Amino acid sequence: MSFFENISSIQNIIYIFSSILFISGIKMLGKEDTAVRGNFLSALAMFIAVSVTFVNVINPLLVLIGIAIGAVIGSLIALKVKMTSIPEMVALFNGFGGLATFFIAWSEFNSIPSNNFQYLLVMITTYIGGVTFSGSVIAYGKLSETLKVEKSSIVTKLFTTLFYISIIYLLYSIVITKIFTPGFDFYTILLILTLLGGVGFVIPIGGGDMPVVISLLNSFSGIAAAFAGLLLLNNVLIVAGSLVGASGLILTIIMAKAMNRSIGNILFVGYASSSSVSKSEETGEVKPINVSDAYLILENASSVLVIPGYGMAVAQAQHVVRELGELLEANGTEVRYGIHPVAGRMPGHMNVLLAEANVPYDVLVEPEDVNPSMDTVDVAVVIGANDVVNPSATEEPGSPIYGMPIIEVHNARTVFVLKRSMSSGFAGVQNPLFFKENTRMLFGDAKESIGGLVTEFKE
Amino acid sequence: MEIYILLGFVLILSIYLGLELISKVPSTLHTPLMSGANAISGIALVGALVLGSDTQLQQALAFLAVMFASINVFGGYLVTNRMLKMFKKK
Repeated sequence: MSFFENISSIQNIIYIFSSILFISGIKMLGKEDTAVRGNFLSALAMFIAVSVTFVNVINPLLVLIGIAIGAVIGSLIALKVKMTSIPEMVALFNGFGGLATFFIAWSEFNSIPSNNFQYLLVMITTYIGGVTFSGSVIAYGKLSETLKVEKSSIVTKLFTTLFYISIIYLLYSIVITKIFTPGFDFYTILLILTLLGGVGFVIPIGGGDMPVVISLLNSFSGIAAAFAGLLLLNNVLIVAGSLVGASGLILTIIMAKAMNRSIGNILFVGYASSSSVSKSEETGEVKPINVSDAYLILENASSVLVIPGYGMAVAQAQHVVRELGELLEANGTEVRYGIHPVAGRMPGHMNVLLAEANVPYDVLVEPEDVNPSMDTVDVAVVIGANDVVNPSATEEPGSPIYGMPIIEVHNARTVFVLKRSMSSGFAGVQNPLFFKENTRMLFGDAKESIGGLVTEFKE
Repeated sequence: MEIYILLGFVLILSIYLGLELISKVPSTLHTPLMSGANAISGIALVGALVLGSDTQLQQALAFLAVMFASINVFGGYLVTNRMLKMFKKK
């Protein structure tokens, strides 16, 4: 056994150890009490895997420079970013991981793949890595609201077409080019089409469906890494990549279930054309309420449920919401927060915002926990949420969102809806909740309205 | 071909293990899990370290892969840690 073979077996043994740490880490990340340690374990696993690979590096100085630049950029972004910008940051980091695998596959293509299977792996890894990158960049643009493209616009249609073309071209690259070597540089065209295809994959998907896309892209980046591991015959890449692929897949499924839609419907159809648009014109009157009347009702309530939505994130109202919650509790009221899995723009978005505002996570409840006892809730305060509290989902079989699990606030004794205007939610469906007998509309900016209530309580 | 079957075996088992391990994640942890998993996908860094460097193109690709994977690794772990530190029990 030569010296190098020795090194390689030692490396593989250490990779096994590192894989075990990754597995324990991600397991611990799934439980509240152990999550911080889990994240640390997985970081340790990463450090071990990278260090032990470092001994093979041909040009250590260059690699160290690359790592140092990446470390500085990554750390700066991670430490500077505001908690409200977390969704787009996660999307961006995810994209960079995808880009790295895209480059790996590209480089491997130039090493001239030795067999058909390697050739196949190069093409697939290129594609998944590239789509993850450009798709994540578009998701970043959409989440940070720097990119606004209409679903029906010509740009969207063009890129969607390019997405389908890119898939066909991928199949062409895998199957045909190996048999008839084309007279042109087909791989460069694949690189370009892949990146354009990723744009086309994400561009038609609307804001409220973002939690699904972002989880799916997360899954893709893992799968891309796992394929890169197959390509490079590297165990730890396969294990770690697969774990990420699995966790992203689980989140994708949870999100799709919470909307009662299939993943295919979310990605390729969207709400607008998914089913016949509900024609029901709402009858009845909207009953507005002002801050001081709302205060009187809240002061006498013994149980309050707060339902936050994307509107709370937009208005940056989480801190005043927590303040109001504390004042209510001091007044002897039980305060809970009803969190719908798809509220906001990423999985768990509301949980992060409320955690940032120091709301303890054990007063957050999920729809199935709170719905059965909804009639004991005196006041349900809906802050910038719409589709996730729309009773059409349970009452109106023709509605596009029919069947979606919702937080059934209409069964509470009184409902306050904090809203800027009467516009409908992301799904474009009118919300009958606003016209219910027990609903009061508190129009205006959520932060100002809640701030007004806080002032009333303090006086 | 033998080696690919073995590695494919590892791949399938790892995905299955992942699905089993995190199927019951509480919604509080959805974002941290996603962001923590995202950091793990920075394992591409290990792949970037073993790339060939025969041509200038390959050297450039390897350097870029190392750099972007490192952004993913450092950014991902730090932001996850920062987020998790905010979650408090009553």
